[in-house]
Amino acid sequence: MTAAPARIAAKKRLGDTLFSGAALAAGTLILVVLAAVAIFLVAQSIPAFLVDPAEIKGSPDSFWSYVGPLVFGTVWAAALALIIAVPIALGISLFISHYAPRRLAQGLGYTIDLLAAVPSVVYGLWGAGVLAPAIQPFYAWLVDNAGWFPLFTPPVSGTGRTILTVAIVLAVMILPIITALCREVFLQTPKLHEEAALALGATRWEMIRMAVLPFGRPGIISAVMLGLGRALGETMAVAMVLSPAVIISFVLTSSQNPTTIPANIALNYPEAHGIGVNVLIATGLILFVITFAVNSVARWAVSLRKEFSGAN
Amino acid sequence: MTTGTQAPRVIANSYTAGKLPRWTPWAVLAVALVVSLGAAAIMGSPEGEFNWILGIIGGVVLFVFANWLLSRLVEGARQATNRLITSLVTGAFVLALIPLIWLTLTVVVNGLPTFLNGTFLSQSMRNVVGEGGGALHAIVGTLLITGLAAVISIPVGLMTAIYLVEYGTGRLAKGITFFVDVMTGIPSIVAGLATYAVFALIFGEGVRMGFAGSVALSILMIPVVVRSSEEIIRLVPNELREASYALGVPKWRTIAKVVLPTSIAGITTGIMLSISRVIGETAPLLIVAGFTASMNYNPFSERMMSLPVFVYTQYVSPGTDAQFYFDRSWAGALTLILIVALLNAIARIVSHYFSPKTGR
Repeated sequence: MTAAPARIAAKKRLGDTLFSGAALAAGTLILVVLAAVAIFLVAQSIPAFLVDPAEIKGSPDSFWSYVGPLVFGTVWAAALALIIAVPIALGISLFISHYAPRRLAQGLGYTIDLLAAVPSVVYGLWGAGVLAPAIQPFYAWLVDNAGWFPLFTPPVSGTGRTILTVAIVLAVMILPIITALCREVFLQTPKLHEEAALALGATRWEMIRMAVLPFGRPGIISAVMLGLGRALGETMAVAMVLSPAVIISFVLTSSQNPTTIPANIALNYPEAHGIGVNVLIATGLILFVITFAVNSVARWAVSLRKEFSGAN
Repeated sequence: MTTGTQAPRVIANSYTAGKLPRWTPWAVLAVALVVSLGAAAIMGSPEGEFNWILGIIGGVVLFVFANWLLSRLVEGARQATNRLITSLVTGAFVLALIPLIWLTLTVVVNGLPTFLNGTFLSQSMRNVVGEGGGALHAIVGTLLITGLAAVISIPVGLMTAIYLVEYGTGRLAKGITFFVDVMTGIPSIVAGLATYAVFALIFGEGVRMGFAGSVALSILMIPVVVRSSEEIIRLVPNELREASYALGVPKWRTIAKVVLPTSIAGITTGIMLSISRVIGETAPLLIVAGFTASMNYNPFSERMMSLPVFVYTQYVSPGTDAQFYFDRSWAGALTLILIVALLNAIARIVSHYFSPKTGR
C-alpha cells in the first residue's frame, strides 16, 4: 500500500503567465466593450428623455411620440422583409441540401454567399437607382387594379421608393444569412431518418416534411431571428431607397412611408447638433435593446439545438 | 458462377407503370415557355413592344401548373405535390440568382466608364464641381481606417479565440461565447453611435476622426474574428497538443509553435472574410469619420473619407450636373465590390493551398 503521491505543482513559467494573462485580458476586453457600448449609449441618451419635446425635430408631443413611428417603421419593414425572405431562403436551403446534384451543391452555396459579400451601400444604390424605377409600373398596376385592398390604397408612389421596395432589398440582404444556417441544419439531419422515410415509400417532399423539417425546426427559428436582427439594424439600404415621412401607415405602395430608426439616424445625423444628437443616440439605444433581445433569443434557440444534436 | 450464364430476362417493369417519363418536366417547360412567349409577342405586337419578362414569368407559372396537373392525372396526388414542391424549391434558388446577376451587371455597366477614365483612381474630389475628380481620398481613407481596425481586432479576436479554446472553462468562457454571439448582431449604426459617445466625452462634441471609425469597425469585426478563429483552432487534433506536452513543451509554446501554425491557413481565411465584411460598412463611418472632399492621411485628426461613404454622399447630394455624381457613385461601388471580391478570392486561395491535409 503506497500512499497517494503528493501532487506535483507545475513550474510557473513567465511565458505561460503572460500568455494566459493576455488571452484572459482579450476575452474580458470584449465584455468590457459590450458593457461600454451599453453604458455610453445610456449616458448620452438621458438628456433626450428629459428634454422639452418642442426642441426635437418636428416638435412632437413627447419623445415617445417621436420614436413611435420610427419603431413602427423599423418593425414593419423588417417583418415585410422576413415574409418575403423566409420562404425563399427555406427553398434555397432545401435545394442546396437535398435537391441539387451533390457535385454542384457546394458551388451553389458559395454563389448564394456572394449575396452577403455585397456591401449594403451598393444594395442601397441598386435599390434606389435601378430596382425602384423598374418596379414602379408594377405598383401602378397594383394600385389601379387592387386599390380597394388596404395595403395598396391609392395614390401610388411616382418613384417606386416605397416601403415594399425597401422590404425587397432587405429580403435580398438577409437571404444569405438565413440560407447559410438553414442549409447547415438540414445537412445535419440523420441519414437514417431520411432513408427510413424513403424506404417506407415516402416521396422526397414527404421525407423532407417528416424527417428534415421537424429536425431542423430550432435551427430554422434561430436563423429567422438572426435575419430579423440584421433587417432591423440595416441602415444604408433603407436610408437610400425610402422616401420617408413621419407617419404610421401600413400602405405598401404610397409615397408616404414610415421610416426606420437606423435610416432616420443616418439621414439626420450629419446636420444634428446639441440635443438633436442626444435624441438620435436615444433612438439608437432603443434599436440596440430591440436587436439585443432578438439576437439573444436566437442564440438561445441555437444552444438548445446544440444540446439536442449532441445527444445523437 | 451460375448467374453469369443466365440470359438476362427482359420483363416489362411494372414499377414504372403509371409514372411519367423522366424527360416530362423539361418537355412541359419548353412547351409552356413557347406558348407564353408567343402569347406575349401577339399581345405586345400592336404597340410594337415585346414584353419578354412578362412572357417568361407567365411561362414559368404555366409550367408549374401544367406539371402539377399532368402528374395529378397520371401519378396521383402525392407525386403531384412532390413535383409541385420540387418546382417551387428550384424556383426559389433561381429567384435568388436574379438580384445577384442584375446587381453585378448594373454596377459593372454603370461604373466601368468612370472607373477607367484616368482621374477616378488618381485624384480626390477637392475643388471638383461636375465632371472629373476621383475617389483616391476615399480609397486611401478606406485602406487606413480598415487597416487600423484590423490592427486592433486581429490580436484581440485571436487571443480571445485562444482563451476560449485553450484556457477558458466555466462561467466566464460561457459568458464570453454568448456575448460574442450577441455582439455579432449589433447594428452597425449603433456601433458608430457608441463610439461617437465615447470620443465625444474625450475630445468634445462634434468630434470626427478616422481612428474613431477604426474603433467602430473593430466593434463589428472582433466578434467575426473570434467566431471564425475559434472554430478553426478547435479543429486542431488534441494528439498534437498531447505530443507536445509529452516532450515537456510549456503550454504557451505549444500554442504558439504547434496549434497556431497548424491552423494558420484557416485563421487567415477567417480574418480576410471579416475584413471584407467591415470594409463595406457605411453607417458607422458616416457618423464618426464624417465626409470630406480632400485628402487626409492622418487618421487621428479631422474628417476622413471612405469608399462606402463616398458612394453614399455622391448619390444623395449631387450638385449641378447630377449625372457625373451618379457616375462617380457607381464607379465607387464597383471599386468596393472589386476590393471585396479580391479579399474573398485571396481567402479562398489561402484556405485551398495552405490548409493542412486532413486524413492520413
